[in-house]
Amino acid sequence: MWKLLQIELFKIFKRPRTYIAFGAIAAIVFLIQIALKFDGKSYIDLLMSNLSGSFEFNDVFKDKLLNGYLICFVILNTLLIQMPLLVALIAGDAIAGEANMGTLRLSMTKPVSRTKYMLVKFIASVIYTLALLILMALLALFGSMLIFGTNDMVVLRSEGIEQIKRFDVLWRYFAAFGFAAVALTTVSALAFLLSVFAENSIGPIIATMSIVIVFTILSEMNIPIYDETIKPYLFTSHMVAWKGFFYVKANAEGTTINGSIENLPAVLRSLSILVIYIFVFFGSAVWVFRKKDILT
Amino acid sequence: MNTIVSVKNLSKNFNEIKAVNDLSFSVEKGQVYGFLGQNGAGKSTTIRMLLTLIKPTSGQIEIFGMDLNKHRKEILRQIGAIIEKPDMYKYLTALENLRIFAAMSGVKVSEKKLLDQLEMVGLAERAHSKVKTYSQGMKQRLGIATALVHDPQLVILDEPTNGLDPQGIADVRNLILMLSRQMNKTMIISSHLLSEIELIAESMIIIDKGKKIVEGKVRELFDPAETIIELKTFDDALMYEKLQQSDLKIFVQGKRNDCILLKLHRDQIPAVIKKLVGLEVPILSFHSKHSLENYFLSLTTGQQHVEAFTN
Repeated sequence: MWKLLQIELFKIFKRPRTYIAFGAIAAIVFLIQIALKFDGKSYIDLLMSNLSGSFEFNDVFKDKLLNGYLICFVILNTLLIQMPLLVALIAGDAIAGEANMGTLRLSMTKPVSRTKYMLVKFIASVIYTLALLILMALLALFGSMLIFGTNDMVVLRSEGIEQIKRFDVLWRYFAAFGFAAVALTTVSALAFLLSVFAENSIGPIIATMSIVIVFTILSEMNIPIYDETIKPYLFTSHMVAWKGFFYVKANAEGTTINGSIENLPAVLRSLSILVIYIFVFFGSAVWVFRKKDILT
Repeated sequence: MNTIVSVKNLSKNFNEIKAVNDLSFSVEKGQVYGFLGQNGAGKSTTIRMLLTLIKPTSGQIEIFGMDLNKHRKEILRQIGAIIEKPDMYKYLTALENLRIFAAMSGVKVSEKKLLDQLEMVGLAERAHSKVKTYSQGMKQRLGIATALVHDPQLVILDEPTNGLDPQGIADVRNLILMLSRQMNKTMIISSHLLSEIELIAESMIIIDKGKKIVEGKVRELFDPAETIIELKTFDDALMYEKLQQSDLKIFVQGKRNDCILLKLHRDQIPAVIKKLVGLEVPILSFHSKHSLENYFLSLTTGQQHVEAFTN
């Protein structure tokens, strides 16, 4: 099993296309950081425009707001929309790419069970996803902390702003990245399932992105009939639940309670739903693949 | 145990289409076994079932005396195969490909052994080149090295000479003969190049539309002494008329648009040529058509192709 996993990782990381995703993440993070470094105040103004009627913000306050933690939050918000595509590039290629290259039939003549083969392929895709996230964490979190420094973090919410003490932030990011890993693994599992049906990787990649986009639109729609019937069960409704780690409980005076999470059960429920999706997608992929005739 | 492969009543349906229909055959230890059939006859489907790539609709496959369904891993550990074309990871080198497939076969092979394997197929100097820089012939040889890297008892090669130039075909043929004679491998070779099968196989099966047409020893299935001649002359109509009036009439099997067909034993050829020259119609060519090919066509196609042979 370990040997097979090594082979899969070797194949993934020997492919030039693998590094496109790493390059893309580095470039996007860098561009956002540059933009906010030089024009961060405009961004803060835009961010606070909804609140400016009731609050007045001076430049010192704005400078305090524009710290590494907030920048990372902005990057996470932006990149976690793009990352499913980067994840699908590899997971969608896992089986379909082998079928397309003709190496699937050769691999399947080897004394390796199909279930184990799928498991190893999926684990390799997950490791790739984690590697992307680690790179993103290094660049977006630690990079921004280096460039912009650290301070209390301000989170904009519909009912106002919320301040998280600087020492109470970092663990929330670790939790958020952990959650994002599960969310992206769900996308990976979907692309992996679709990959089993295809003989070239373009199909599963496009299909995965189409599903993510359609489901995201459905998740965002405020139509009463969807709210209780469809939305709670769409995986895309739960992919952004990492933000829950940055929503903090407040006491009677309105001061945030350090180390708290406003609605932990909701975050855990989202996490459970995503994990169930992963098992369903991966289980279905294995079930289909075990029965599949290799005709390519 | 002499029977390495035993296939009984094997069938495979793809929806309404019967790709393989109640096929039975067996392969003995040390044999080179030819698997013949036209395109779409069911050769590749059968081979894919032997390699567990396709699940049979019905029937039983035993390899090394074990049920393939129940002992898949033990059996596949002893099989090396190329199916159709030897596709490899093009962005990796030959050595890396070989290492990957050796590991997947469950054997630990030293770097030296891998290089020896590449040496055997004449690729040692290009061991560190990426496969995308290889010619078709080199890929084929790498495919064979991959099939042999774990020293299997049974080697299955599906159309191993596909896409190769004459030199490549000869190289692969010599490699197969070497594996059979020097390394005593049991081999199943599928091909539509009948002359190739005749040169390398001891036994063969011919299938058509998924059904067995005939199975047996190659030398028993056709008489190599008897051959069909395609005779082309300056004026085929005149030659045909003269043949009908001569004592060569007994050899004439028919006339096609572009040639006259004669059937005769090899030892009669010199005398027949002498008499044909005597008929004073300029001869353009006197070509011996392979009798195995005729035999094959007679079994797998309509009479129109082999009127001459079926008399």
